[in-house]
Amino acid sequence: MTVGFVMLAHTALDRAADVAEFLAEAGCPVVIHVDRRANQGEFGKLLARVSENAQVSFAKRRRCDWGTWSLVQASRDAAETLLKRHSDVSHVMLISGACLPIKPIAELKSYLAVRAGVDFIESVTVKEAPWAAGGLSDERFSFSFPFSWKKNRRLFDFWVDFQRRIGRYRKPPESVTPHLGSQWWCLSRGTLQKILTDPRRKEHDRFFRRVWIPDESYYQSLVRLHGANVESRSLTFSKFGFQGRPHVFYDDHLAMLTDSSAFFARKIWPGANRLYDSFLRGSAFSQRLVPGPRDSHANRVFSEAVTQRTEGRAGLAMAGRFPREGYEPQMTAEPYCVFHGFGDLFLGFQDWAGGVAGGQIHGHLFAPDGAEFADGGDVWAGALSSSAKLRDYNVEAFLKNLIWNARGARQSFLYSARDNQTIIPMMAMDRNARVYGVSGAWVLPLLHSGLSAADIRSRAAELQAHEAAMIDRLRERRSLARHRFWTLAEVLERPTEPLRQIAEDLNGADAVWSAETPGFVDLTGLPDMLQALRNAGMNPHLAGAIADIPAPIQRKIGKNVVRLR
Amino acid sequence: MGAISAYKLRLERRKWQIRAIRKRRELTTVVNRAQKIRPNEILCFATIRNERPRLRFFLKYYRRLGVDRFFFVDNGSTDGSLEFLSGEADVSVWSTEASYRKSRFGTDWLNWLKFKYGHKHWTLTLDPDEFLIYPFCDSRPLPALCDWLDQSGVRSFGTMLVDMYPERPLSGVRYRDGQDPFELAEWFDPGNYMISRNPKYGNLWIQGGPRARVYFPRSPEEAPSLNKIPLVRWDRKYAYVSSTHMLLPRGLNNVYDEAGGEKPSGCLLHAKFLDCFVAKAAEEVERREHFAGGREYEAYHEEGSEPKSLWCDWSEKYLGWRQLEMLGLMSKGNWA
Repeated sequence: MTVGFVMLAHTALDRAADVAEFLAEAGCPVVIHVDRRANQGEFGKLLARVSENAQVSFAKRRRCDWGTWSLVQASRDAAETLLKRHSDVSHVMLISGACLPIKPIAELKSYLAVRAGVDFIESVTVKEAPWAAGGLSDERFSFSFPFSWKKNRRLFDFWVDFQRRIGRYRKPPESVTPHLGSQWWCLSRGTLQKILTDPRRKEHDRFFRRVWIPDESYYQSLVRLHGANVESRSLTFSKFGFQGRPHVFYDDHLAMLTDSSAFFARKIWPGANRLYDSFLRGSAFSQRLVPGPRDSHANRVFSEAVTQRTEGRAGLAMAGRFPREGYEPQMTAEPYCVFHGFGDLFLGFQDWAGGVAGGQIHGHLFAPDGAEFADGGDVWAGALSSSAKLRDYNVEAFLKNLIWNARGARQSFLYSARDNQTIIPMMAMDRNARVYGVSGAWVLPLLHSGLSAADIRSRAAELQAHEAAMIDRLRERRSLARHRFWTLAEVLERPTEPLRQIAEDLNGADAVWSAETPGFVDLTGLPDMLQALRNAGMNPHLAGAIADIPAPIQRKIGKNVVRLR
Repeated sequence: MGAISAYKLRLERRKWQIRAIRKRRELTTVVNRAQKIRPNEILCFATIRNERPRLRFFLKYYRRLGVDRFFFVDNGSTDGSLEFLSGEADVSVWSTEASYRKSRFGTDWLNWLKFKYGHKHWTLTLDPDEFLIYPFCDSRPLPALCDWLDQSGVRSFGTMLVDMYPERPLSGVRYRDGQDPFELAEWFDPGNYMISRNPKYGNLWIQGGPRARVYFPRSPEEAPSLNKIPLVRWDRKYAYVSSTHMLLPRGLNNVYDEAGGEKPSGCLLHAKFLDCFVAKAAEEVERREHFAGGREYEAYHEEGSEPKSLWCDWSEKYLGWRQLEMLGLMSKGNWA
């Protein structure tokens, strides 16, 4: 008793010949179906190599198109030839010219010898087939598909749409329940014989020749009718990825294949010399017989590849990824904090925030003179330049780069109404942004400038307009940034309130900070100046109503530690 | 995009093609081995001028990757480049003394050669100081990538130009004929690239890197473009618009995903910044045959001084493609 092979080949026929010779050598008959459109010269070489080999024969050549009935016809012809010629065959395995045996054939034989009559074929109903999710599921069987998806996409789509509209339903032949599965199977002689000689074959053909991808459903459905002992899995290791295209194995997958519990792998790149040498001429065979945890490695690699293609790395802009506005709720790689106005009000706020937020706390990254990086240098992580011109040339790229380059360490920076305001729309649309602000704090540097109210009036109006626009933008319904603003008056009244809130947000409700609570800058003359601004006709309303100036915060509990709860 | 702008782009494409066909008259055949081209061979196209010391490694690098044939246009070399190339069995060479600038920096000449010989082939269009890095390039040759792109129905492969530079000042390094330039220039900027979309052609416009950081911090709009699409399954109907930054039809520029995913992409390591660059900058400032009147070279060549050093504390030392992929400068996409 032995196992016979039906091989479907259309390109890289030299590799198909390698595998066929190898199988024949191991005492397995092989019937090869070569696509009629395959290169004639290559076919000639294949013939020359294997025609003398008694174990190898050829099926009638047909033109085969991807996902069409012709593939079922091809495999059926070849299977008939195989069963007719080789009576010692107890199992038949369908492989492609791009399959490679990754275990010794002797092992496959003994594996099948003790499983006589078992059919190894992935066969599940449409509802349970995860790969059919979305797009065509039930419709695979209830519609007809006379037009090629690859060549006549428009007509194909039109026809599907039309059938959907009229609510078409093609009834499967009685006794057939449509099943789906990998097209690479290994059936017992008895089951295959029954499928091939089914008295109602004509009726089945009529139904299946018009379903979507019949080579994934013909045998998979009929085996349920004729097979007594179906084991629903494939002995061939093959993975489908993005857009349903098969993953290809290369030389660097050798370890993955030797680790696999399957007997064959598909599909192998024809130029993968190391794989072909190792498995056909070497001894790199897998020792594993049952699916083990190591198969999960391969699964992970391939599913990660699909995720990378469909979701990508958040916050990354590069030659292969540039999401349109709105396609990505987080425009940066990781959460970051923006402290607006705090630097103007609190002394040593940067140090305090650094202690609370962790990671790096930068100065005013968007300052008019250039970015103030945490270390005070001209260049920062990723070789990001502090040049104001470079930064302002593409502010969004600057912020995205900064956060991307510092992945793993929380980034925070100071901000104010004096800084470049063009970054605000991006911050507002970024789920990763957390903005804390003291509105009206811009007045303090003006207070310290020593200029008169008349001199600073227009500047104050400009800064207030910036701040108002920022707050409005953040509060828009579509904004995704988290934000919390206090007026200058509120903070002066209850200085620890915003600090407590920030510490809680960043470190949880039981926040304890060990840094010294920052005190206020010199506030002498603030109410007078606000009044002077009002007298000059400019209303600093964002600062809130400031009655009088509190004493600097000096409440300390224990040694420089403030516990807030 | 409306029908009118689509038609305008079509006219523009025709214009570049006709221009390329006209410009063929400027080319004199030195050695033409194009009759040896076989189907599915990967072809490489480049314009050179006095690049003799670089050529040996360039050929070695791309032969190892699996390029089958090379097509060079020699623009008036005087250093023996032409003689060297003529002697290589897989190289075809044309020479011209015509203006590099008027051929749009070689684009017209190479468009013509691809029109004539590149049809249906995967083609690489490069400068002699550009070295392609793609996912798995250490274990999978270029035909593996091309086959995979074919299977995925993709016609073009996007990259970003990564300027490589040495740690020492340029005048302190000595590049030897045939040497791997990245033994000397092994550093690069990992994360300061700026991207925007070009609405007309649909390509990405990437700027940044050490040149923007050091030479153009006050005029970033002049910083050179780093987006490149060097690998294309060529068709007679295609034309590069400007260098290899973008092509027509514009669908070929769609090498990036816009819905958040990552398409497979690579890097072109740029071995421009070696000792030979100092002399070249001086010459090109005189010659004014480069893009925008060679203002790039002007920025490097400050009168009587050598170019500023590009190296900084945050420069990254090149280790391999996996490093570039981890840094987000290229992507495996769904190629696993």
